Amino acid sequence: MKRQMARPWRRAAASSSRSRLPLRPPPLQSLDSPGSPGSPPMPAARRCYSQHPSSARLNVPIDYSTSPLLAHGSKGPLLGQSDELPAEVRGGPRRRMNLFQAINDALGIALAEDDSVLLFGEDVAFGGVFRCTMKLAETHGAERVFNTPLTEQGIVGFGIGLAAQGMRPVAEIQFADYVFPAFDQLVNEAAKLRYREGATGVHAGSLTVRMPCGGVGHGGLYHSQSPESLFTHVPGLRVVMPRSPVQAKGLLLAAIRSNDPCLFLEPKMLYRAAVEQVPQAAYELPLSRAEVVKPGRDVTVVSYGQPVYTCLAAVQRAEEDLGVSCELIDLRTLYPWDKATVLASVRKTGRVLVVHEAMVNAGIGAEVAAAIQEDPETFVRLEAPVARVAGWSIHSALLYERFNIPDVARVYDAIRRSLSY
Amino acid sequence: MKSRVLRILPLQRAATPIAKTSAAMAPVRAASSISQRPNSDHLSFPGALKSAFSSSLSFEHPESYKALPTYRIVDQHGVVVDQSFAPDISDEAVVKLYMDMLYISIMDLIMFDAQRQGRLSFYMVSAGEEAVSVGSSSVLDPEDPVYCQYREQGFFKERGMTTKEFMSQLFANKNDPGKGRNMPVHYGSKRLNIHTISSPLATQIPQASGAGYALKIQKLQDPKSKAKVAVCFFGEGAASEGDFHAALNIAATRSCPVIFICRNNGYAISTPTLDQYRGDGIASRGIGYGIDTVRVDGNDIWAVREAVKKARDMALQDGGKPILIECMTYRVSHHSTSDDSFAYRARVEVEDWKRRDNPITRLRKWMERKGCWDEAKEKEARDSLRKEILKGFSEAEKEKKPALRTMFEDVYEELTPDLKAQMSDLCELLDKYPDEYDFSEFEGGKDSLKA
Repeated sequence: MKRQMARPWRRAAASSSRSRLPLRPPPLQSLDSPGSPGSPPMPAARRCYSQHPSSARLNVPIDYSTSPLLAHGSKGPLLGQSDELPAEVRGGPRRRMNLFQAINDALGIALAEDDSVLLFGEDVAFGGVFRCTMKLAETHGAERVFNTPLTEQGIVGFGIGLAAQGMRPVAEIQFADYVFPAFDQLVNEAAKLRYREGATGVHAGSLTVRMPCGGVGHGGLYHSQSPESLFTHVPGLRVVMPRSPVQAKGLLLAAIRSNDPCLFLEPKMLYRAAVEQVPQAAYELPLSRAEVVKPGRDVTVVSYGQPVYTCLAAVQRAEEDLGVSCELIDLRTLYPWDKATVLASVRKTGRVLVVHEAMVNAGIGAEVAAAIQEDPETFVRLEAPVARVAGWSIHSALLYERFNIPDVARVYDAIRRSLSY
Repeated sequence: MKSRVLRILPLQRAATPIAKTSAAMAPVRAASSISQRPNSDHLSFPGALKSAFSSSLSFEHPESYKALPTYRIVDQHGVVVDQSFAPDISDEAVVKLYMDMLYISIMDLIMFDAQRQGRLSFYMVSAGEEAVSVGSSSVLDPEDPVYCQYREQGFFKERGMTTKEFMSQLFANKNDPGKGRNMPVHYGSKRLNIHTISSPLATQIPQASGAGYALKIQKLQDPKSKAKVAVCFFGEGAASEGDFHAALNIAATRSCPVIFICRNNGYAISTPTLDQYRGDGIASRGIGYGIDTVRVDGNDIWAVREAVKKARDMALQDGGKPILIECMTYRVSHHSTSDDSFAYRARVEVEDWKRRDNPITRLRKWMERKGCWDEAKEKEARDSLRKEILKGFSEAEKEKKPALRTMFEDVYEELTPDLKAQMSDLCELLDKYPDEYDFSEFEGGKDSLKA
């Protein structure tokens, strides 16, 4: 019953994410795949979803088309460590892709290079409700890219069975909000398989589970959630969230090739919005390694996924207004996470805030804050309390998203408060 | 494989009448784009293509269908009732199967008592269900991957599990492949292609569907490789879990070569089947999923063998398909060592099943009629098996436990920095408080925790 009602909504979320782009510059419809025509942008006043007023100075919509976090030209992003990629990949041919196209590209590479890779989930055969699996069934065959019945516990259980039998399954959960029926299979089975099988050597490490996550402006209760910290509490799983097309491709290929079960959370807000020049070659970005997006001296901002853009905007404002220097770190892998990089940064700056969309309690921020205060060398360098800027302890209600998900004003304010402590 | 009708439409197009939309899609026809034909006496709704129209309103009542029959070959007196039956194996091979069943029942008695004496933490017997596990194992290929629930010790035994292997797992010593991480009876063996048992019920069922699909794809990719089926056991209680539904449905839609074997023994701990379901057992559901299904007498090893043998052939036909077998038995034993089943069922009921119909005595009667078994052989067999098990028992009990380090290993493929740090934290703790912990029984003491 619930699901029957949800399905039209999922489609709605998928299709209208196209018209969700900021008014300035015009929507990037030209990036849509040939099969999905764009729709004309609606006037701002008639938008029925969460948005900040046009008078805002801090909460200005993120302009992905000029964000220095994305490689708009051929030279790579203005920020971030592109030196993680081999020179031949960095210098090789590139193609403009949005996030869903980069994921599609990574999946295509994985299918082409390894016969044991299989792709399945609800509605993946025709290309997926977010277009991530476009044309893959045509290219690689209906035996390797296929629809399953509508059952999340079945999809993950099926994937574990494939993995244990030597295949390399990539399962899709249509929205992270619907991963919970598969919680048992993920927590009790996928995560524990290697441990309980012991010397038999059987494991589900070749399993990757992809799922769109995060706010999209109008997703309401069941098209907005970010359940990552529920999985970072589970030994045996790797939890990954990319912030850009270049990252998505490299991290997804690393997750698929990894011999530990990986949950790959894709911020659906970025599927069409984040566009950059992505190397065409196959490449990996390392798991469990954070990226110092922008070095700084006075305060460390730790985030991941879409909020990295929010953080950068807040950091830039704070630097202009307050004359300070902020270090921005993208965790990328949320567990096992790169403690060393974060601790080193906090030892340098003495001030830190952690930013994420998911509810504050027992979220990623709690773990990062605890690790910071627990480390004797870092604890003594702290000049201010560790701040967490995250979703309130509520559900992701439709109308109130702009007041719930951390925005530039909240991050900016946290930076100010940390500095003036 | 052109896309179906689910192309994402802009709003104004989505709002136009359906007929117009589908006309626009006309060149692409898939399974779901079936149009009504004039004067058809059959439905053309995509959801049920073979349904004829009816002009009288009639609900289907479950009770208007006869219960599915239970196939048997040998009755409870050991007499052959299926006249077309001829044993497909030698008398020696039959005796071997009998010995495997006997082995499990004797090991059950010894280990149940050992648990009562506090010498191992937990045990589950499989009394009354030995024919299901031994019988099915005997007709499957040793390379067919198998998923068990936990009451299939006979399967392990028939496939070749040694006394040392059984006992190493039960005592969680250093030879246990599970490295002392799992409760007793959670066996697993790479050599025997049997997945390690996990406690969560029914989780193995969709995994078996996945394994079956893997076998199908691997055979497609390497046509010269051996054709294999996945096999999955579960009880009738586990079949109430959502994973059962997911598994059978996926196995059917993806045409996976997998044999689902349900042990319907009447109880899930204290819950009788009347509280478990109201349909005709588990078998009737298989038909609903579009799966070939049979119900057999689980106390008749010959019926189990014939059904599983046939099922394996069928599962490999037409590129692969699932089969469901419901084996009717009775759980003679308590659910586990943590259960006293006389709290919820009459002792006389259990005694009755033990005496009146039991898979071991039924095969014994058949063998005695055949002239390949007698009282003297029975006594000798019981004595030798008992000795073998007790010897393995005392050897396994004396073995060292696995190295302490193994508690941190295999969480991930490699030890993470966190795990390395925690291992060294534990090592420091043991150094600092040597009187608070006994680690002498673990191989290598606390040294294994050192990086």
